[in-house]
Amino acid sequence: MITFKNVSKRYPDGYVALNNVDLTVESGEMVFLTGHSGAGKSTLLKLIAAIERPTSGTITISGQNIAQLKPAAIPYMRRKIGFIFQDHKLLFDRSVFDNVLLPLQISNFDNNTVAARVRAALDKVGLLKKEKSMPVALSGGERQRLCIARAVVHRPAILIADEPTGNLDVEYARDIMTMFTSFNQVGVTVLIATHDASLLEDTQHRILSLKQGKLAA
Amino acid sequence: MIRAWLTQHGFVFFLTLKRLISTPVTSLLSIIVMGIALSLPAGIYVLMQNLQVISGQTADSPQISLFLKLDMTQDSIEKVNQRLEENPQIQTIQFIPKDVALQQLQQSAGLTDITASLMRNPLPDAFVIHTLENSTEALEQLRTVIQSWPEIEHVQFDSVWIERLNALLDLARFAVLMLATLLSIAIIAIMFNTIRLQILTKRDEIEISKLIGATDSFIQRPFLYFGAIQGLAGGATAWLIMALAIRTLNEELVALAQLYRIDLQLQHLSSADSISLLFFSAWLGWLGARISVASHLWQIEPK
Ligand SMILES: Nc1ncnc2c1ncn2[C@@H]1O[C@H](COP(=O)(O)OP(=O)(O)OP(=O)(O)O)[C@@H](O)[C@H]1O
Ligand SMILES: [Mg+2]
Repeated sequence: MITFKNVSKRYPDGYVALNNVDLTVESGEMVFLTGHSGAGKSTLLKLIAAIERPTSGTITISGQNIAQLKPAAIPYMRRKIGFIFQDHKLLFDRSVFDNVLLPLQISNFDNNTVAARVRAALDKVGLLKKEKSMPVALSGGERQRLCIARAVVHRPAILIADEPTGNLDVEYARDIMTMFTSFNQVGVTVLIATHDASLLEDTQHRILSLKQGKLAA
Repeated sequence: MIRAWLTQHGFVFFLTLKRLISTPVTSLLSIIVMGIALSLPAGIYVLMQNLQVISGQTADSPQISLFLKLDMTQDSIEKVNQRLEENPQIQTIQFIPKDVALQQLQQSAGLTDITASLMRNPLPDAFVIHTLENSTEALEQLRTVIQSWPEIEHVQFDSVWIERLNALLDLARFAVLMLATLLSIAIIAIMFNTIRLQILTKRDEIEISKLIGATDSFIQRPFLYFGAIQGLAGGATAWLIMALAIRTLNEELVALAQLYRIDLQLQHLSSADSISLLFFSAWLGWLGARISVASHLWQIEPK
């Protein structure tokens, strides 16, 4: 489903964040991406959603070359992905409900079903009772779950999570991992970047390890 | 598909109204500024329309009045009539005997009191003719010819003041056009800046929307709606300002009209012109927003 071929990313300041990366993630697979801080995990995930463009190499999603996508086609490609950002990117002037509603408004969903969909997503992450709250009134863990609800509300085929358990205690982190596993069980391709070793201890899923922009074997 | 499109546009429409209401003072001030700016050229236009109605009440083709010398015999009147009929340049001939002229005078212009006090009819017999041609030279030539007839006291072009008025109106039309152009540019500039500030304060929202798959048109839409709606409100304000001005002026004119016993009331824009004004102002707001969006949105790229 997702393939990288000889992908390198050099930032405008000359820093090479990814160096000749090759990888394949099968459809319906759940994969962890790990590595030290600054190893290039976020960079790799951003390349998949065309938030950053590769300096060289090809990235394909379902056979579509992301690097050659016209700017006008990028929004439609992004709608196939649910992205959980490392820095959350929540809208602090909108309620929990409205934050989750945004992807549906953007994708032009039918008005009659959106409220039900938003509540279903909030229910899945256990935030249904907080739908009227503002994001500032949420705890760190609740915000993280709000991000997850927003990422899955439009039922994307691919779920990408950048450090979804950062700053959370172990129990909270396990909860969130269980959520990802359940999304994967219904067929969603899941890609999780984390440097939290405790998450990876007893996983049966594949682990990709980045070191200074290179994929370790 | 169409329903989804409609609900989305309806949603943006209400979102825009909410934004306008959320900053009431700023919105109101911009709307008033736009209203005043639009009411200047539109107001002059209204005055022109009213003047044109007055000037349009007279005939289109030039009209010439021939006043005969007092106490002309029926015979000499016949002679003049014959000569006029023989002239190929003349289209219509109408004879107005002095009695009829006096009656007309009594009925019109509220001069009843004056005419009633007259001992005898001071008016001459007259012909009113319309010519085929209306070039100034041809008319001058005709006037010289007719003036040389012994029965004629005076030849008068009734259309001279109309021509002068029309020339003035042409000038006013040009002034309106210039004023409208300048103030339209000002309105576009105001809207450009308003939207620029909005884009700055909505930076996060724009960036996040782009990140989760919003198209450019989705992001632009609320700003374009905002421009159009505020423009429309500005146009409506201009209309109201003019309505108020016309009412006040008409109250003054009533006193004046009573003095001269004439009917003199200013009319507001026709409904077609009113709708044009609203459309045009909405379009101006939209255009200002469009230019602003085009020059600012691309600077916000998600990271
Ligand atoms: N926009 C940018 N411009 C220049 N350099 C950048 C940019 N974004 C990231 N980098 C650099 O690229 C390298 C990889 O960054 P990246 O964010 O991918 O790391 P990461 O593995 O996600 O780290 P962390 O675990 O801290 O989130 C870092 O050294 C970073 O400084
Ligand atoms: Mg990172």
